[in-house]
Amino acid sequence: MAAHRLSIRNLTVSYHRIPAVHHLDVELRCGNCVALLGPNGAGKTSLFKAMVGLVTPETGSIELGGHGNANTRHEIAYLPQREDLDWNFPITVSGLVEMGRYTRLGWWRRFGREDARAVERALSMMELTDLADRQIQALSGGQQQRAFIARALAQEAHVMLLDEPFTGLDKPAQDHLSTALRRIAAEGNLVIASHHDLHTVPHLFDQVLFLNGELIAFGNTADAFTPENIERTFGTPAFSGH
Amino acid sequence: MDAFLASLADPFRHEFMQRALLGCALIGFTNGCLSTFIVLRRLALMADALAHSLLPGLAIAILLFGLAPGGLFLGALIAALLVALGSQLIANSSRIKEDTALGLLFACSFSLGLVLLSISPVRVEIHHYLFGNILGLSDADLWTIYVVAILVLPCLVALERPLLLSMFEPSVAASQGVAVNAMNLILMGALVLTMISSLQAVGVILALGMLIAPAATVYLFSDSYSAMFWGGGILGMVGSCLGLLISFWLNLPSGSCIVLTLGVIFLLALLLSPRYGLVSRWTRRRHLHEQSLARWDSVPPPGSGKHAHDHD
Repeated sequence: MAAHRLSIRNLTVSYHRIPAVHHLDVELRCGNCVALLGPNGAGKTSLFKAMVGLVTPETGSIELGGHGNANTRHEIAYLPQREDLDWNFPITVSGLVEMGRYTRLGWWRRFGREDARAVERALSMMELTDLADRQIQALSGGQQQRAFIARALAQEAHVMLLDEPFTGLDKPAQDHLSTALRRIAAEGNLVIASHHDLHTVPHLFDQVLFLNGELIAFGNTADAFTPENIERTFGTPAFSGH
Repeated sequence: MDAFLASLADPFRHEFMQRALLGCALIGFTNGCLSTFIVLRRLALMADALAHSLLPGLAIAILLFGLAPGGLFLGALIAALLVALGSQLIANSSRIKEDTALGLLFACSFSLGLVLLSISPVRVEIHHYLFGNILGLSDADLWTIYVVAILVLPCLVALERPLLLSMFEPSVAASQGVAVNAMNLILMGALVLTMISSLQAVGVILALGMLIAPAATVYLFSDSYSAMFWGGGILGMVGSCLGLLISFWLNLPSGSCIVLTLGVIFLLALLLSPRYGLVSRWTRRRHLHEQSLARWDSVPPPGSGKHAHDHD
């Protein structure tokens, strides 16, 4: 487990020739909970999308433990922000978590005992077992977040990319989610979450990655979460390639 | 009593009713299953516009080939494609939004159809286009419906997982390698094929009723996609046949009776569904879940205890 790492080499992502992420070089080790910090338009979402293959990078590569991106589809789980999700969709918490198995099952294969076990385990890890039959709208914001993370767990993903998972949660729900994420990281997985509330960073994350079009700083929260790095990331306009 | 039973059994003795019931069951089931996607993807208005805009295609087919079913099918298919593509084209190339484009094209298209029909040598009643004639189903109609059902239903069942993923969370589906655009195209293709096949037999209004009502009804009872899909199909089948029988017993127009039956079943569900019905919502105590209700009851009256603020 400890040998797993996510290597991003010379990654450039652009939309209509306007670069959003430039020549990003960074190596992340599994087992950590990483905050992705940067102002709006810093390329956080673009980085996530490149990692899961939703946009094709201009240059560079993303490798997980030495495999190319094509082989890592179910190793990386992407949890976007869900403002436009239809919360009335006819699906329960367990139905949602079962969706996580689809990447492994493909279109046809029947749901087996191993799949049921993975779903059960994910639910209990996220403390949702009692809520398994609830429709997803009948959950609190924190429970909804944990339900989607449980789906990623059922997928047996090693890397979880979360877009602003703490937004809109109150303090107890944030703590609960943070505990859950740390538990996932402690099992040898890599959790990367974009985050905008700087006050809570030291409390929630082990590592920080400052991004503003290009890499500003990366390291353990204790070392890298400094006023200088915050100023360099948020104090200057994003490098736009000109 | 015997006379009553005999009158109940009466419809099953006529050949035209047997055919109509078979048609209803088949169209009702296919449309009912498909209605899941109409409800979940919010395509009801789009389906309505599309169904009306098929008229010029049918009119041109009538002008060229007369009332031959193959020609009608092809004409409708081409008209549907033109309207769907046209609205996409307008939406993508200008600041006009897609619903505006579709609404405009549908109005123009329907009007063009009326103009074309007015110069057609074959007399065609517009009423027939709206309500069809389920009592006069031809063999060709039944076969078209049958073939389309055999094409569409297995396809939707086989693609259940990717369809579900791409309806629920398109970006996550794409990140897991689902071809989301292809799924949308397949869905639209299934919708257009089913609509055209049932349009010829039962008309625009009836086809739409069957294409929306069943899954909308089941949606009020269930939080399961499979229940919506299969339940919608069964409800579409049973409701349509029931409506047809009612129209026979009461000697009322059949198409309208079927739609009204489906509508009444929906209305009953809307009122009486235990989970999402209006009556249960009105009678339920507001905001209080059973557990907090129990706690509330155990709390001393306001002002006398320190717990009161816990339960605002």
